[in-house]
Amino acid sequence: MAAHLSYGRVNLNILREAARKELREFLDKCAGSKAIVWDEYLTGPFGLIAQYSLLKEHEVEKMFTLKSGRLPSADVKNIIFFVRPRLELMDIIAENVFSEDKMHSPRDFHILFVPRRSMLCEQRLKEQGVLASFINIDEYILDLIPYDGDLLSMEYESAFRECYLENDQTSLYHTAKGLMTLQALYGTIPQIYGKGECARHVANMMLRMKREFAGSQNQILPVFDTLLLLDRNVDLLTPLATQLTYEGLIDEIYGITNGYVKLPPEKFAQKKQGEASKDLPTEPKKLQLNSAEELYAEIRDKNFNAVGAALSKKAKIISAAFEERHNAKTVGEIKQFVSQLPHMQAARSSLANHTSIAELIKDITSTVCFWGHLGVCASLVSASEAFFDNLTVEQEFMTGVDTDKVNTYIEDCVAQKDPLIKILRLVSMQSVCNNGLKQKVLDYYKREILQTYGYEHILTLNNLEKAGLLKLQSSSRNNYPTIRKTLKLWMEDANEQNPNDISYVYSGYAPLSVRLTQVLARPGWRSIEEVLKMLPGPHFEERQQLPAGLHKKRQQGENRTTLVFFLGGVSYAEIAALRFLSQMEDSGMEYIIATTKLLNGTTWIKSLMDRPESQSS
Amino acid sequence: MAFITANWNPLGEAFYRKTELYEMCWNLRDGLRDCLVAAAPYGGPIALLREPVRRSPSSRPQLEIYSASGVAIASFPWKSGPVVQLGWTVSDELLCIQEDGSVLIYDLFGSFKRHFSMGQEVMQSQVLEAKVFHSPYGTGVAIVTASSRFTLATNIDDLKLRRLPEVPGNTWSAGEPTCWVVLTQDRQTKVLMSNGPELYILDTTSCTAVVPPGLGPQAGSIVHMSVSFSYKYLALFTDTGHMWTGSSHLQVNTKKTTPPKQMVWCRRPKSQQPSVVLMWDRLLMVAGVTLTPDPRFPLEDPCVLIGELDGVRIISSANQELLQEVPLVCQEIFKIASMAPGALLLEAHREYQAASFGKCFLTDFSPEAFVSTCRELRVLNAVRERGVGLPLTHTQLVYRQFYPLAIEVCRYLKIPDYQGVSRVLKHWASCKVQQKDLSDEAIARAVCVKVGDSPGVSYSHIAAKAYECGRPELAIKLLDFEARSGEQVPLLLKMKRSQLALSKAVESGDTDLVYTVVTYLKSEMNRGDFFMTLRNQPVALSLYRQFCKLQEQETLKDLYNQDDDHQELANYYVTASYREKRLESRLSLLQTAVDEYNKAKNEFSAKATEEEMRLLRFQRKLDDEKGAGLLGLSLQATMEALLALGLHKQAEQLYRDFRVPDKRFWWLKLKSLAEKEEWEELEKFSKSKKSPIGYLAFVEVCMKSNNKPEAKKYVSKVTPEQRVKAHLAVGDLEGAADAAIERKSDSELAAVLARCPASDRQLLDRLNRAAAAAAKK
Repeated sequence: MAAHLSYGRVNLNILREAARKELREFLDKCAGSKAIVWDEYLTGPFGLIAQYSLLKEHEVEKMFTLKSGRLPSADVKNIIFFVRPRLELMDIIAENVFSEDKMHSPRDFHILFVPRRSMLCEQRLKEQGVLASFINIDEYILDLIPYDGDLLSMEYESAFRECYLENDQTSLYHTAKGLMTLQALYGTIPQIYGKGECARHVANMMLRMKREFAGSQNQILPVFDTLLLLDRNVDLLTPLATQLTYEGLIDEIYGITNGYVKLPPEKFAQKKQGEASKDLPTEPKKLQLNSAEELYAEIRDKNFNAVGAALSKKAKIISAAFEERHNAKTVGEIKQFVSQLPHMQAARSSLANHTSIAELIKDITSTVCFWGHLGVCASLVSASEAFFDNLTVEQEFMTGVDTDKVNTYIEDCVAQKDPLIKILRLVSMQSVCNNGLKQKVLDYYKREILQTYGYEHILTLNNLEKAGLLKLQSSSRNNYPTIRKTLKLWMEDANEQNPNDISYVYSGYAPLSVRLTQVLARPGWRSIEEVLKMLPGPHFEERQQLPAGLHKKRQQGENRTTLVFFLGGVSYAEIAALRFLSQMEDSGMEYIIATTKLLNGTTWIKSLMDRPESQSS
Repeated sequence: MAFITANWNPLGEAFYRKTELYEMCWNLRDGLRDCLVAAAPYGGPIALLREPVRRSPSSRPQLEIYSASGVAIASFPWKSGPVVQLGWTVSDELLCIQEDGSVLIYDLFGSFKRHFSMGQEVMQSQVLEAKVFHSPYGTGVAIVTASSRFTLATNIDDLKLRRLPEVPGNTWSAGEPTCWVVLTQDRQTKVLMSNGPELYILDTTSCTAVVPPGLGPQAGSIVHMSVSFSYKYLALFTDTGHMWTGSSHLQVNTKKTTPPKQMVWCRRPKSQQPSVVLMWDRLLMVAGVTLTPDPRFPLEDPCVLIGELDGVRIISSANQELLQEVPLVCQEIFKIASMAPGALLLEAHREYQAASFGKCFLTDFSPEAFVSTCRELRVLNAVRERGVGLPLTHTQLVYRQFYPLAIEVCRYLKIPDYQGVSRVLKHWASCKVQQKDLSDEAIARAVCVKVGDSPGVSYSHIAAKAYECGRPELAIKLLDFEARSGEQVPLLLKMKRSQLALSKAVESGDTDLVYTVVTYLKSEMNRGDFFMTLRNQPVALSLYRQFCKLQEQETLKDLYNQDDDHQELANYYVTASYREKRLESRLSLLQTAVDEYNKAKNEFSAKATEEEMRLLRFQRKLDDEKGAGLLGLSLQATMEALLALGLHKQAEQLYRDFRVPDKRFWWLKLKSLAEKEEWEELEKFSKSKKSPIGYLAFVEVCMKSNNKPEAKKYVSKVTPEQRVKAHLAVGDLEGAADAAIERKSDSELAAVLARCPASDRQLLDRLNRAAAAAAKK
């Protein structure tokens, strides 16, 4: 069911199995039939750990969504609340428990806090007078959820906002705890590197926790050689840029949540021969995206411009495979052909799906690059032209062209009332690439935004300034060009088809975060001390003592494994770039990626927005 | 060697042997008669209560605690109520269950620890019988009252009382259930109870009648029952003298009609056969697979049987014996005419080092098992020493306060420190802090020197002990050594050291812990002090702000006020303004926001807020006058709405008053006019001054409204750079071609070529030629 988790260098299925075991143990604690009441936010992540069948095996007969009022009737012995430790949810639970008809059907109540129980919440339940109604109050430590064979996420949506706007480091505590769990399963990670305030904080907590559990450390041969902790605010630029890998674009355009994407159904209509497709499906098409699907694993990290070729090559291989049937003469050959049929049919339907997705994306992105460089206003252009113009401006910013002036394209987009988030992404990008904007330019943009999209966004702008995405240029010089040159963030001749550098993921721009990772592996951070000092927060190195006898004896040519943890989120394009580095023959390093949240520029900016007017009603 | 098998008694396939463990050190005047006796399993201690039923109010029974070898550990007069049952917990604590349902807990040395009650309803109707049982969840207590109701506590350390349902058609109201046992099955604790010939299983929700297979009604009433150590086997004894065992469907006729005093399973891991030991006044009998129970042993003294993992201990006033099935390996070695390898080896080397000798012959045999077995044997011998006790685990050793020996044992057995030595040290330290004759300073030093930073020793645990004994100063001193700051917090709060608790909570990084302390402080302190405390802890302060944002908006304002954080105050008022329905209140909140922004020297926001207020007033005025429904719209949306309503003058007024950039206003007006198809007005507008957005925009907007003639009017005004695109936009290929050729731009030529139909040979040629020329350059 989750075999794809175990294909990689590190078998992440161990983590999933550990999580499943714990879940089963909790369910068995509540003997008899049960109904689960879900905090809706948890259902997605939980789906990656256990399907309904597992719950059913342990007598879960009903599932409800947590909402205020009375619980739906269900003839079960136990009611279990699966919730995040949030006060507002406690109030709803209290309401549920109160309105339970006590005379009619006495049911046992239980709470399972994910990922950790909270005294604050229990106190709240006590104040509400329902704490004693619960037979079991437990925690389900689910910090890092395996999303793929090399990818872990906490799906902690507000992590960046909490850390950088609200000075609330709850997510970092969970991160440190999650890393401790990981070390319990995969051995102590001997080397820790980090860059940024949050990274420092997490490393400190990890070292402290290790001291606290001194002696109880496990005797497991370390699987990871290195842990690299990176603050998102060390590289604010990368998520702002439009991702140009296949997976990145799917996420940018349609949004991937918990490994699923919902797509417009038109292109997926089943066309039967001779039948006019009268009724088109109206429900969005929901597809799961992970490396369990062979074709997807192959193309997801490619630059979108190389996807077409890959798909047509695959199409040829598949049809050739189907043609094989004509060559099958003997019974044995036919039998062999038939045995391969299911696999071939799966491959064919996978190919059909991805061809449809690629078409959808192409409609939006295809670049008839005629008007782009003429600098024509983005007036009433088609979707694809708008996409191209947007990309052109992004690339201008990243290469440092005219970043100190008001940008005409942004002005035009405001005049056309393009989505606010798009504007915020672009302005932020300009600010980051210019190490802040001049007062006049910054005020102009802010005024444009307030006048066009409404005054209420003054709070959002304030947030962006606090997070460093918008900044007033201080007297010191703009050091972005130095960073760009030293780290080779812009590669003029990025090869999209057969990449030789990570810059292919943004068709020219090499993500800063991944460059830092690459340099760390070789030749080491000492070579870029100057640049590191320009980036926010401290950089550091820590070593963790391994118990005697657990030092790895490395085979000749054996790769090292690094866990890269992005605190505050990571984009699919960055993941693609790291995978590219893992696959590079001479890199000698394999990367496993972990993060607080999988994000793109849009979801990221959205998490930083404040909507006072939406609370007013 | 010859007499090794002398005390072996055959039963079926197996042999049973009874060996003496100790001659008891104790000197009991009246033997075990009229005593409540409880012995802990695994060679644990023995508790005796003489004459539990008081003869007169003045006579007090004596409670005595002995080691397994009979060495006195504690003795004191029992001053509390009548005791029904004694029992030991898994951690060697003595449970005394009283008639009134209260359970008193004593440690191994007879000091009272705590007590709990088995429920209110028990008070009225007295405990008739009680049992102490062990399960994976810990030690439990089960009682049955005179009103025939059972109450269970599965784990006395996490007390949850479960009252079991009534037995239907209950007929033993006259007396008591004939007999009952506690079972642990499928992680549930149940009671098995007999009532005459009937058997019932009681769990928390139901009462189910069960019929043991093969036990007919002619067997009679069940008068005694017993479950095995592992809860896997059941034995029943009936008033006709038949014994039934669950596993073998065996019915043995003991030819004894009196119920046995005790009936205990005698098994060992990998037993060859199940068997039960029955005890009557002067007789001990082992009943197993064969139909006639054998062997039998006469008894001289009253005895007590204690079921163990691998046999039965028999305690009498004089000695202690172990009755067990002879392990198969021993049988193979010592059985008459045995040809098993072990026997031959023994023959070859008649010494106990047989194995040592033998292992030399095995080349790829790992010596580890041998070495560790020898080690364990030596340890077990050491602790079996009369002064110590019996076969013990090291935990049991520690609890008996033989610290140096325990540490030696841990080191000798190479138990990892955090499981072994650390636990010993922790226990030692917990006792050390209770020594009243030493000063805080001396104890803290002693503990620190011995414990140091041994892994896994919880200083907060030791400190908690010190606090319990009324030594808060010592507790604080000890807490300082604790590495886990999170662990220190609850105790510090209990000790009312809230400030210290707060900084420790912050240090731990556990935000929930910080919240907990903050809520505690909030209820403890007056507001001023509370705020001051938070001020010194920025992390706690920002968490509290988060809390207030969700829960207490008013407090949030006070917090910002205290910090003179004008920027946040202003933002607060802005947010608050959106909650106001009335415009006046909204405006007054925004005015406050302006003042705060000014104080924060945030000119931009102050001005933007003032503009918003102006806009709101303007919108309200127009809404009143024209019913335009503008209130709350953005400036841009307001102008858009005004233009759509034809209120051009007012739109222009906003454009000027709010210094809207020309470009944006031109776009707005252009689109609005085209939408309303006011083409004349549009033309006039285009000529009002030079367009800041160029004229291609005009072309495209007209085309979007499908008005080609209007669009064409503006093509000529387009700048040369955009002319090709303008021509193409209105579908004028010729014009586009001319413009492209004139500009000699290859990309533009290519674009026109791409649109050129193949039929138009002439145009194609012209373009191709121009392209070639441009390329040459």
